[in-house]
Amino acid sequence: MHIPDGYLSPQTYVPFYAFIVPYLAIAANKVKKVIRSSHVPLLALGAAFSFVIMMFNVPIPGGTTGHAVGGVIVAILLGPWAASIAVSIALIVQALLFGDGGITAIGANCFNMGVVIPFVGYYVYKLISGNSEITSARRWVAGGVAGYLGINVAAILAGIEFGIQPLIAVAPDGHPLYAPYPLSVAVPAMAGEHLMLFGFVEALVTALVIKYLQKADKEMLTIYGGAK
Amino acid sequence: MSNGMSTIKKMWLGLAVLALISPIGIILPDKFKAGSAWGEWGPEEIEKMMGFVPQGMKKLAELWKAPLPDYSFQGWEEKGLAMNSFAYIIAAIVGIAIIAGIIMLLGKMATKD
Repeated sequence: MHIPDGYLSPQTYVPFYAFIVPYLAIAANKVKKVIRSSHVPLLALGAAFSFVIMMFNVPIPGGTTGHAVGGVIVAILLGPWAASIAVSIALIVQALLFGDGGITAIGANCFNMGVVIPFVGYYVYKLISGNSEITSARRWVAGGVAGYLGINVAAILAGIEFGIQPLIAVAPDGHPLYAPYPLSVAVPAMAGEHLMLFGFVEALVTALVIKYLQKADKEMLTIYGGAK
Repeated sequence: MSNGMSTIKKMWLGLAVLALISPIGIILPDKFKAGSAWGEWGPEEIEKMMGFVPQGMKKLAELWKAPLPDYSFQGWEEKGLAMNSFAYIIAAIVGIAIIAGIIMLLGKMATKD
């Protein structure tokens, strides 16, 4: 889901930049208010976890690859705003240092993976887990569903961002200037592979970490609600 | 929160293990003959698929030369899976250190208590 340079037209990537810069400033401000300094190492861990989990490319035999983002578990532990910061910093380092995701696409990639995944994931988790016990099975099930839905909504949005390019940026000879595939190809491709496979990877990562923390240190699962 | 501290340490340890086994993320795709992620093809791949490279894409695609391209070293594309697995682990460690460092630094600047 790391959109490279050259796939998005300026009329797409400029608005995403215009959104993400103030968004991250607001997120930083909110995080400053709700996260105590003792939780900063956990935020660092969350960002590093998101970075490294994205390196685990899962193959569709003979086809494409994809990976989890880890944004949902960070959102569940530290809240969606903190997860936005964590995932966005991971994405910016991936673009600058490793060429994974374009420089021009940082705004769009941070929106898809750093805003949509944490917020969709966090609220789905909250909705399903409700007032259940911290150690309840409902919690890790909620995490799994949240992971699955969070990454799928983001994948569909990325598909739309790819797919509108041939509609909005065309050369005089009729050829597309940027991402060449239309909505009818890009959206089913991005949605299909995430619904089929990569969504379950994010679900598994999220559910496993919750299950682990329920056993090892259930206090960790109350940090975000408790810090407010 | 003394219990919490030890959990964090355990999780950092888990992260280190993930970094060491990260080459799974390039070995599995190689074994199963899977290519790039959808929409992350280079201009050469696009040319093969479409028969042309879109003009705007041509201009923007090479905008940035990353110091550790594709989580490896520059010019290591043909060095084989073993060498690239080694580079992948280095990239994972470097990435973790830089990202965690940035957040610790921002956290120091931002929080008071």
